[in-house]
Amino acid sequence: MFWQQVVNGVTLGSTYALIALGYTLIFGVLNIVNMAHGEIFMFGAFAGLVLATKFNLNIFLAMAGAMLAGAVLGYLMERLALRPLRRRASSHLAPLISTIGVAIFLESLALRLFGPQAQSFPPVFPGGLLDFGMFKISYVQIMILAISFGLMLVLRFGLAKTRLGKSIRTTAENIETAGLLGINTGKIIVFTVMLASGLGAVAGVLVGLAFNAVEPTMGVTMGFKGLAVLILGGLGNITGAMVGGLILGVAEVFTVAYGASSYRDAVAFGLIIFLLFLRPQGLFGSQEQQGGR
Amino acid sequence: MISTMKKWTVGVMVGMMALSVVGCGNDSKPAATGGAPANAASAKIGVISYLSGGGAAYGEAIRQGLELARDEINAQGKTKIELVFEDSKGEKNEAINATNKLIHKDNVVAIIGPTLSGEMFAVGPITNQAGVPIMGTSTTAEGVTDIGDFVFRNALPESLAIPHAVKKAKEKYGLKKVAIMYSNNNDWAVSGFKTFEKSLKDNGIETITIETFADKDTDFSAQLTKIATLKPDAIMVASLYQEAALILKKAREIGINVPVVGNNGFNSPQLIKSAGKAADGSIMASPWFPGKEDANVKKFVAAYKERFKKEPDQFAAQAYDALKIIASALEKSGSNSDRKKLRDSLATIKDFPGVTGKFAFDAQRNPAMDVTVLIVKDGQFIELK
Repeated sequence: MFWQQVVNGVTLGSTYALIALGYTLIFGVLNIVNMAHGEIFMFGAFAGLVLATKFNLNIFLAMAGAMLAGAVLGYLMERLALRPLRRRASSHLAPLISTIGVAIFLESLALRLFGPQAQSFPPVFPGGLLDFGMFKISYVQIMILAISFGLMLVLRFGLAKTRLGKSIRTTAENIETAGLLGINTGKIIVFTVMLASGLGAVAGVLVGLAFNAVEPTMGVTMGFKGLAVLILGGLGNITGAMVGGLILGVAEVFTVAYGASSYRDAVAFGLIIFLLFLRPQGLFGSQEQQGGR
Repeated sequence: MISTMKKWTVGVMVGMMALSVVGCGNDSKPAATGGAPANAASAKIGVISYLSGGGAAYGEAIRQGLELARDEINAQGKTKIELVFEDSKGEKNEAINATNKLIHKDNVVAIIGPTLSGEMFAVGPITNQAGVPIMGTSTTAEGVTDIGDFVFRNALPESLAIPHAVKKAKEKYGLKKVAIMYSNNNDWAVSGFKTFEKSLKDNGIETITIETFADKDTDFSAQLTKIATLKPDAIMVASLYQEAALILKKAREIGINVPVVGNNGFNSPQLIKSAGKAADGSIMASPWFPGKEDANVKKFVAAYKERFKKEPDQFAAQAYDALKIIASALEKSGSNSDRKKLRDSLATIKDFPGVTGKFAFDAQRNPAMDVTVLIVKDGQFIELK
């Protein structure tokens, strides 16, 4: 049972990590918490679902389509809800509120478009269970692990090595200096929001595949878990989001396995509070406040 | 900065006062017509339902059942009924606001709803004090009608349904040790869990583990992996159908093939639709059985299917019956606006031929009706004999 629960925890944790990545990217560059990320995640799941069921696309194409849809939503959100506020140099709380507005709008829209019922993906790998003796793992779980860790690694090295990644990091470091160095910071911001939203949409499809329930309010709880992981891992830190997600997932599953399921969230979030006592800046966060708007 | 703030505050306050004056003007009108002679106008009945948000599927089924009943009643012509729908979003404070609006502004003669037992515990005392009869069509938790004399329900309380299901399952499968799972942030599921615990004890079945989750949870692998290692003879589940379907799917996936005994939430075609083959072997007790050999039931199922393109579930059927019961009580009371007369007339309802069986209110204003124990087999509800 121990190893089986580890597999359960790591699968759950990697979906949390994938959601937290989107938060952390936007926070790094814009210094705001995007409260609509959970809803973009939900829309991504629906986009993937529609592509897979109505257009009979295979699951990887549907995922790519969902990523595109998420990126488009991200672009619209940046143009309509973030940029006008940034231009007016309003308080840093204003974008937080406007993204909450976007979140409520998207949730209501999804309720109208797709209805309140939970829907599920067609079975991708029917009857798929690999038995390793100590634990069993389904093909869907393997796919989730592979895709989420794959995306995290690509992101990690993309940011570290490529020119675009360096521009993003420079903008995150200090937006004025980046502008002086000849980086088109406006474009970098748009790109980052689109990338984060696209990742959120992929996470939506993966969670939809894993747990078989795509519905308009799925973004709310997942969004909050992602937010907790963002704080735990350290604001704006990619490795932090990965490790934080896995810690939360494993902590939740082990509370159920060896304690009482009623305390699932209490223990998991209690652990987060404890870790933040030890490292207030988050597990991988740097000491000083950084980043510009 | 401060002076502009002040200006704004003053402006907003003036605006609000103006609005409230207008509001008062509107309020007085229906009150005046409310005193009009009985039977001249149609009976206004308020409906509080979970029409948007996570449980909107239930609210939708209830609304459709009510609309079908209303149109049939109005077509018959003995009583005319007008429904005023309010959305509670499944939240207690929204339900309270809706109740106050329906009682004081719309001047309704009775209220149907709200959807959740938790909401009923919040609004029941208000309507009871105002003397407005309220009838829950889906509020199955323990103690709902203890709120007061004006609170009715035609939803079969789970304290009656669950023991039937447990007893039948024990007879059929010889259960000795079972696991229980329930949603611990839902008043109704917690009440269902307590009933499960009690009836298991009464039947001498051992409970080997109790696992909880929350409404809207999607990952049950941790709980079910734990349950699988304990090898129970059956799993008892108290939850809404959405979570129930996910639990069934996950359980079958990791190789738990024992029967799953559910509470009222299991009794919906949606369970089979969402869980597919995994739903086979779920057992539940219910007053509603769409395959029943009964002319009333067949007529209702056909009419519902034609209008809404889907099979009616228990929520639609009970809402349909509720409005028909109220209509027949209104007819007997001889008034379309007297709340007290309607209450007294409702309390005497007996042998009412509803689609959920022969119906009567007991002394506690709970339904006294027959229960059928059902099992899912090859994607169909059939009677467990």
